[in-house]
This record gives sequence, structure tokens and C-alpha cells, in this order.
Amino acid sequence: MNSYVPILVLGALSLGFAVVSIGAGALTGPKRYNRAKLDAYECGIEPTPQPVGGGRFPVKYYLTAMLFIIFDIEIVFLYPWAVHFDALGIFGLVEMVLFIVTLLAAYAYVWRRGGLEWD
Amino acid sequence: MSALSVSATFAAAEFQTPSIEYSKLMPMLIVFGVALVGVLIEAFMGRTGRHQVQLILSIAGLVAAFVSVTMLAGDNQIAAVGAVAVDGPALFLQGTILLLAIPGVLTMAERSLDRGGVFTSAGSSTPGSEHERVLTATGVTQTEVFPLTMFAVGGMLLFPAANDLLTMFVALEVLSLPLYLLCGLARRRRLLSQEASLKYFLLGAFSSAFFLYGIALLYGYSGTVRLSGIAEAVSSNSGSDTLLMTGTALLAVGLLFKVGAAPFHSWTPDVYQGAPTPITGFMAACTKVAAFGALLRVLYVGLGGLAWQWEPVMWGVAILTMVVGSVVALTQTDVKRMLAYSSIAHAGFILTGLVATDTVDPDTGAVLGVSSVLFYLLAYGFITIGAFAVVTLVRDAGGEATHLSQWAGLARRSPLVAAVFTLFLAAFAGIPLTSGFTGKFAVFSAAIAGDAAPLVVIGVVMSAVAAFFYFRVVVLMFFNAPAPDGPAVAVPSPLTTVAITLSVAVTVLLGVWPTQVLDLADRASQFVR
Repeated sequence: MNSYVPILVLGALSLGFAVVSIGAGALTGPKRYNRAKLDAYECGIEPTPQPVGGGRFPVKYYLTAMLFIIFDIEIVFLYPWAVHFDALGIFGLVEMVLFIVTLLAAYAYVWRRGGLEWD
Repeated sequence: MSALSVSATFAAAEFQTPSIEYSKLMPMLIVFGVALVGVLIEAFMGRTGRHQVQLILSIAGLVAAFVSVTMLAGDNQIAAVGAVAVDGPALFLQGTILLLAIPGVLTMAERSLDRGGVFTSAGSSTPGSEHERVLTATGVTQTEVFPLTMFAVGGMLLFPAANDLLTMFVALEVLSLPLYLLCGLARRRRLLSQEASLKYFLLGAFSSAFFLYGIALLYGYSGTVRLSGIAEAVSSNSGSDTLLMTGTALLAVGLLFKVGAAPFHSWTPDVYQGAPTPITGFMAACTKVAAFGALLRVLYVGLGGLAWQWEPVMWGVAILTMVVGSVVALTQTDVKRMLAYSSIAHAGFILTGLVATDTVDPDTGAVLGVSSVLFYLLAYGFITIGAFAVVTLVRDAGGEATHLSQWAGLARRSPLVAAVFTLFLAAFAGIPLTSGFTGKFAVFSAAIAGDAAPLVVIGVVMSAVAAFFYFRVVVLMFFNAPAPDGPAVAVPSPLTTVAITLSVAVTVLLGVWPTQVLDLADRASQFVR
């Protein structure tokens, strides 16, 4: 049972965070409703009503989403390394540098080719 | 003691830093390094001269990687904490892939046949749109193909060397993803090319899912993804047979898809026809080499103890592949589709050699099933790259003239090109004094030694059927009158000329004087376990 305590604490913390954030927003935030505020998402494509055939929407969304996933995955790999940085030693450092340099090359390519510009 | 500190002490006691033998992985590291530098060149270098720099860099990288493969020759060990095997078959196939990639890259770099090169300068534009017209008018050459090809080659190098199934899956994706893209970049007939790309992507993703599911089930069976661990579990007969059989079947589907064996071949003709022809040649040769390498390793190292179960299935697949490839090729009217079906038939011929499990040559100690397939792949790869390179030369106003009727009387327009294509067709058909004959002889004698004589009979009959459609093209080229508005044979730059000359040289050399390479394949036929 003892080993489950951290999980319960984490669950309680996240629940508390959710309740506090939503509650604080509802209590203290300014309330200026307009059409955009009532949409499911404040940015991005209109989910409803769907145009015939799905309609067309910019490929930029995919580009942004893919870039996000790349860095998301990077964090996934960085995290265990950061936790065990001392045990992994020089080997871990070399591997991580190789990994980050590889990603950086791709990032430089995206940047130079205008992948980060919205328009 | 709290839970957190328990897990911390546990980890500290158990943790061992893994070690990676970088020198053993040098061929792959060189190729991936060159690919990365290629990406940086795309990012920071100006348009002028980029094509030349990329070409020189890619060729230099391939040559350097080949040299490092030859320096590793004779190694027989497992590197990178069990993930990569450095042994005879892996090194032989890596060398083969690198050698094949050199003429492959040379044909991709060809710019004198089509203004601006083989690849579209406006990959992201809608075909036929104003946007496309504007971008094409700039005459920009597509140079991203070089790093993409190098990434694909890197994945192909890892694929036959992967010693655990997860590494194998990563290699499969690394080699496939760039190929999906490359297939869609043709300058002419862009819709067909994009259709090929999409089809290849969808079916490839589908087959990857099969492969991955197979890995999951085999992991469920044996508790490991390491091939040697799976072999141990098979020999100790522990675990559920259902998991083992289903896992093996799903894994085989994924691999047979990549080699283009029936009934998983349906993507081949469409993709080979739609893709830019140099990519078709590269893909047909190198992907097949890499995928057969992986198939051999999985079946021999991981599932060797299960040979009684998978051999009959492979018999069936081999027969079906040979028959479908040879018979359907008879009805084709497009030269690229015909070569695609011929590549399916050849996958069948190679599979006949593969079923000779555990048959060891008493004189040389070579594993016949492996050594014959290794040799066949090298021979077949060069014939294929050469044949597709010749296809790029026969052109009319609309680009490549691939309809067979347009090839009528080609020998009158260009006897040399017709003669070279005849040589490649003869090698495909397995005529003596070409590498195709030596290769077929090797796989068929391996199959006979492995008690698969009925398979060989079907193989020989299907070779005869295949010879019919190869020689139909020869007759068409030499004895038919040329159409008045038929295509012309374009004069390529030295790049394609070198690629074709290299392929011709290897095809003749391996037919006339194959002993050295056969010996090399014999010596390279032992898997490390």
C-alpha cells in the first residue's frame, strides 16, 4: 500500500490543480464573451459545421503539429537521461549530444526553409 | 523506508552503463552522418553548386562506408548491446547495398535528360496548377533527394544487420519513409507519381503494422525481442504455440511485403511505374537486398528451430510469387510495369534458395541457403539498376517513352542502347555467361541440396515463361520496324553512362568469372547467434 502513496498524492495534486485553475479563472477572470470564445478552440479550423467533402484547410497545421511532436519526443528521451544523468556518465552525455545535434540539424533545416513562418 | 528511496537504491545497484562499439557501426554512422551534413547543406548553402556538392558528398560517403565495410570483413560478433549483428551476411549485404547505391545516386543526379533533373522542382505544388508552372519555370533542381536517399541507405544498412526485432522495425521505418517521399517527386506525370507515393505509403504503413504486431506477439511468447532469445524460447518449447505461430506469420507478412513476394506484391507494379525511374531502380535493387537480408536473419537466427513449420509456407509463397510474377508479366504493355512483375518473379526465385535451411556445403562449410541468396541479390541488384537506367534514356516529347510499342525498332535508332538492354534482359532470363545465370544456378542448386526439387522444377519452368516476355522485347527492338513518330534515345551525361557501364561490367563479370564472389558469399554465409 505504501508504494501507492505517491500515485495518490499525484492524483490529488492534479485534481486540485484542475479545480483551482478552473475555479480561479471563473472567479477572477474578465468575462467578455464573443463568438470566438464560444468555439471549441479559439484558434484552428472550425470543427462544425463540416463543409462538403471535408473542405480545405492549410497544411501549416500539420507542419506545426509535426514540429511539436518532434520536440515532444525529444523531451521524452531527455527526461530519463536527466533523471539518471550521474549513472549514465560520459556515455550518456555523448549519446545525448549526438541525439540533440541530429535534431538540431533538422530544426536548422526547418528554420532556414521558412517552416517556422506562419505566412 | 519510503517507496521513492527503495526504487532509487534498486536502480543504483542494478544500473550498468551500456557500451556501444562505434567502430563496428562505422558504415552506418558514415552514411547517416553524410545524410545529416546533406540536410545542413540544404539549409545553409545557396542554390548554385548545391547539386554538385550534394552529389560529391553522397558518392564520397557511400565509398567511405564501403571501405569501412571491407575493413570490418571477417568480423563475427554482436555489437551495441545486442542490437546489431556484425557478421558475414550483414557485411556482405551492406557492401552490396552500398555498391548498388552508387549507380543509383548517379542516375538520380542526371540532369541532361530533363531540364532541371529527374525530380520535380515543385514537390508541394498541385499538379497542373499555376503555382507549379511558376516554380518549374525557375528551373530549380531538387537536391533534397540526396540526403533523403542517404537516410534510406542508412536504414537499409541497419535492416539486415538488426539483431533484435525493435531495431529491425526502426530500420524498416528509416528506410521506408524517405522512399515514400522519393516516389512522389517525378518531374513528368506527377499525378501518377503522387498516386504511387500514396499507395506505397498506405500499404507500407499497413504492412509495418503487421510487422509490429508480430513483434508484440513474439515478445509475448518469448519475453524478449532479441532474435537469439526467441530462438532459445523456440528450442526449449516454452510458452504458447498460438502466440509463436501468429507472431511468426505476422512478422513474415511485413517482411514479404517489402521483398514484394506474392500475395503481398500488389503495390509493386503501380509504385514501380509511377515513381521516378532512377528511384524505381534504386528501390527495386536496394530495398530487396535489405529486406531479404532481414528475412534471412529472422528465419535462420530467430526462427531456425521452427523451420519445419515455416518451410512449407515459404514453398507456397515462392511458387505463388514465381507464377504470378512470370505469368502476369506476359500481359504487360509498359516496360516499367513489366520490369516490376519481373522483379516479383525474381523475389520468387530468391525464395527458392532461402528454403534450403541448414544445408551445409561439405567442402566449404557454407550455408547454401544463405550464400546463394547473397550472390543472387548482388547479381540481381546490378541488372535491375542498369535496366531501369536504360529505361530513362528512351524518350519522346512527353518524357520517358515506356509503352512497349514505342520501343519497336529501337535497335535501328541506337544499336548500342538496344544491345545493352538486351544484355540486361538476357541476364534477367538467366542466360549463361551473365550474372543472372550464375545466380539462378546458385539458388536452384541450393534448393536441390535442401530437398526442394519440385520447387526447382517450377522455378525452371517459370524461368522459361519469363524468358518469353524478355525476348519478346528483344525481338521488338531488333526485328520490328520503328514507328515513324517513335521515341529517340537521348544521350545522357557521364553520370548515367558510368552507372550503366558499371552495371554491364558487373553483369558480365559475375557471369564469366564468378568464382571470387561466390567464394566470398560462401565465406560470408554464417550468421552470428
